Amino acid sequence: MSRFKVALHIVPRRGLLDPQGKAVADALHTLGFKAVEDVHVGRHIVVEISARSALDAEKDARAMCERLLANPVTEDFEIAAVTGGTS
Amino acid sequence: MKFGIVTFPGSNCDHDTFHAIHDVLQEEAVYLWHKDHDLAGSDVVILPGGFSYGDYLRPGAIARFSPIMTEVIAHARRGGPVLCICNGFQIACEAGLLPGALLRNESLRFVSEPVRLRVENADTMFTNRYEAGQLLTMPIAHGDGRYTADDDTLDKLEGEGQIVLRYMLSAGDADEYWSPNGAMRAIAGIVSASGNVMGLMPHPERAADPLLGSSDGIGVFESMLARVAA
Repeated sequence: MSRFKVALHIVPRRGLLDPQGKAVADALHTLGFKAVEDVHVGRHIVVEISARSALDAEKDARAMCERLLANPVTEDFEIAAVTGGTS
Repeated sequence: MKFGIVTFPGSNCDHDTFHAIHDVLQEEAVYLWHKDHDLAGSDVVILPGGFSYGDYLRPGAIARFSPIMTEVIAHARRGGPVLCICNGFQIACEAGLLPGALLRNESLRFVSEPVRLRVENADTMFTNRYEAGQLLTMPIAHGDGRYTADDDTLDKLEGEGQIVLRYMLSAGDADEYWSPNGAMRAIAGIVSASGNVMGLMPHPERAADPLLGSSDGIGVFESMLARVAA
């Protein structure tokens, strides 16, 4: 078994009102970043997992997102990176 | 009739709920600890307001996996009444006892104020002591109360009479819906398709004793008493 770090991005589902994202976009516009089209504020979660392989670690992380880490009604998730693998 | 009030770490409306049932309604109430594995013979289960697990991750997301929730879900599946107030509503949505989700208020502000509500369906286990269309005043106090669901779910809730309470504009005599938190279709409270689980963001237990300014909320508890005892 090796230890992996799985980085997860959880973001509000597109199309749902995202008041935090809107507030940040407005602030960026105020600062002069006129090119900003849209902002989405979500969560970045890093889970450290013992697994046989990077593939297994990713599979475990996906199951965690489905059961707890993301709300299937309002959020989408993606596995951003799997790193490590040294025992 | 016995009401079981679940205390999660971070619940803070469990004592107010106990007061409403024990002192105002004069019925039996017991506290159930979130790590308990039985409901102590409760006829009705109440998931009270508060900030279970500090709202970490998402409000209700962690409480939903507390050991007692297995029993609460089994009780609901048997048709037992479950009243889910504020954080309880968030927990019930996370647990899949009710459809939809409660997201951060549109204003990004915590809102704590009395609101005007309209009883949209008075033919439920939780509202039979009210009249359809009756206006009530109860307090809300939440940062994450924006009821959200997809259009199909909202249409179904509407079509089946599952929208039980809506927020109303309180200024003047205006008879209009509005959302103090950005809730879709001004939804303040819903019931499950089976009718035995209710979730609402307003606090009926804080409006259950005339001494505290309003007793509009006691009808929710009286309704359950009338239905379950019958």
